[in-house]
Amino acid sequence: MLQLVTAVIQPHRLETVKEALTEAGVAGMTVTEASGFGRQGSHTETYRGAEYEVDFIPKVKIEVLCTDDDAARITDTIAAAAGSGGIGDGKIWSTPVSSAVRIRTGERGLEAV
Amino acid sequence: MKRKLIVGSVLSAVLVLVLASPAMAQEDPSYATQFVLDNLWIFMAGILVFFMQAGFALVEAGLTRSKNVSNIMMKNLMDMSAGVLAFAIIGFGIGFGGDQLLGGWFGFDLGIAGVEDTVADGLLPSTFFFFQAAFAATAATIVSGAMAERTKFKSYFVYSFFITALIYPVVLRWTWGGGWLAQLEFPFSDFAGSTIVHGTGGWAALMGALILGPRIGRYTKSGKPRAIPGHSIPFVVLGALILFIGWFGFNPGSELAADEFVMPIALKTLLAAAAGAITAMAINWTKDGKPDVSIAANGLLAGLVAVTAPVGAVETWAAVLIGAIGGAIVVFSVGFFDRLKIDDPVGAISVHGVVGTWGTLSIALFARYDDAFLGRENAGLFYGGGLDQFWTQLIFVVVHFVFVTAAAGALFLALKKTIGLRVSEEEEIAGLDVLEHGSPGYGHDPGIPGAGPIGGARTPVPDRS
Repeated sequence: MLQLVTAVIQPHRLETVKEALTEAGVAGMTVTEASGFGRQGSHTETYRGAEYEVDFIPKVKIEVLCTDDDAARITDTIAAAAGSGGIGDGKIWSTPVSSAVRIRTGERGLEAV
Repeated sequence: MKRKLIVGSVLSAVLVLVLASPAMAQEDPSYATQFVLDNLWIFMAGILVFFMQAGFALVEAGLTRSKNVSNIMMKNLMDMSAGVLAFAIIGFGIGFGGDQLLGGWFGFDLGIAGVEDTVADGLLPSTFFFFQAAFAATAATIVSGAMAERTKFKSYFVYSFFITALIYPVVLRWTWGGGWLAQLEFPFSDFAGSTIVHGTGGWAALMGALILGPRIGRYTKSGKPRAIPGHSIPFVVLGALILFIGWFGFNPGSELAADEFVMPIALKTLLAAAAGAITAMAINWTKDGKPDVSIAANGLLAGLVAVTAPVGAVETWAAVLIGAIGGAIVVFSVGFFDRLKIDDPVGAISVHGVVGTWGTLSIALFARYDDAFLGRENAGLFYGGGLDQFWTQLIFVVVHFVFVTAAAGALFLALKKTIGLRVSEEEEIAGLDVLEHGSPGYGHDPGIPGAGPIGGARTPVPDRS
């Protein structure tokens, strides 16, 4: 019925992804600053001559609530807009959502999207 | 540099008479003009030196974590406040008041009485005190950065009184106060205080950091140093640049007169600072692959500390070289103390203690002019002065090191045994801001429009509406 599409992307791709999603007709999204690592792992930097591990790299997390029918299209749109071909471009996944409410009107389910 | 500040009692008595006679000043307008210029300039220079407090506060805040930012600011605020009062009541009198006792190893007058009676050549007692108090506050505040993020505020506050009431003033007595180091056959030279001010702060910082031990997480289980990056590099650079500006009060002001030597001293100070910054950056860049911003800032300060002692005695090219070597030393010194597990988050021991020693010794090599301490020209080894000055400078830095480390070590150990020197492990992990001072330095306001106070406060504020 409903799906939550979650994407963790490079912060500098946010603007492109937002524009692509808006063009694809997506009416809303939630954006959170995030940090983490994937396959690229951590790397070492020095601070005042002492080494330290940079484990968590800054990312942006985008969440879009949508209907089952739209989920695949939204995932593809994000993937196309967020990809640079380089390491650390991020990931997209979607999860089933059991309920949703629009706070202002009290609409539920598909109506709330 | 005829007006430097060794305060002879005979000279004082003569000047008190001169100053007490306004008729005389009126008769000689050029004297009156010079008197006003001297006092005004030294007042302005003292203000610049007090401005350095802001620089120290920012450098130290920037190089430590945001959970301790209130604490480091409070330490900077209070070591100046406690320091200035302690110096007025006791310290100044030990440094400059009364007769030379025990062959110039000690002397005493009540602090404020000492202020009122002591006259340096051409300066009002209040001008001289104001300038000296700014230096005492500088020596005191150097220590806070090295002891950052783990020291009980109460103990640090007590320390602030003792260093400006007793430790720094005894060093003053031996040196600028006209004591035993000024009475040697080849007297000591330390124009603006590489050792007297910076060395005292730096070596007290060494004892503080040593007795406290490193911050939690600073070393891995195998003993390898692990970086704990500070929370604001803009603070560090802004602070370093404020210190750089303040130094134009520190060094040229130490001429203690508005005369023709002020600008050459300012020029040598400027060039040494630049040379220190660039050298530190170049070495660090080569060594670690990237130019670390805070090490470059340390390099700028190292150039300044290095040139502080020799600035009156050396030629301009020598000042550049001395500053550059200071910048080189600081890079290796920071790594050296790291490996010894002496955790100094800001590099204060290296910048002020180690480089201060280099600056003081550099006089023995490069002294060409008489800076009013040396009493002769061409005292440096490179100008045919032989090793005479070297032995004096060596005795000076060694005796100073032994005295300051012993006195500061005893003070910190006494504090450790009584009120305790280090906060609890829980407090250190949570940050000192809330547990020592009641509120965080950042974050009461969550920065979200419309969000109530609860959003960001660590302690919920009850709704009283």
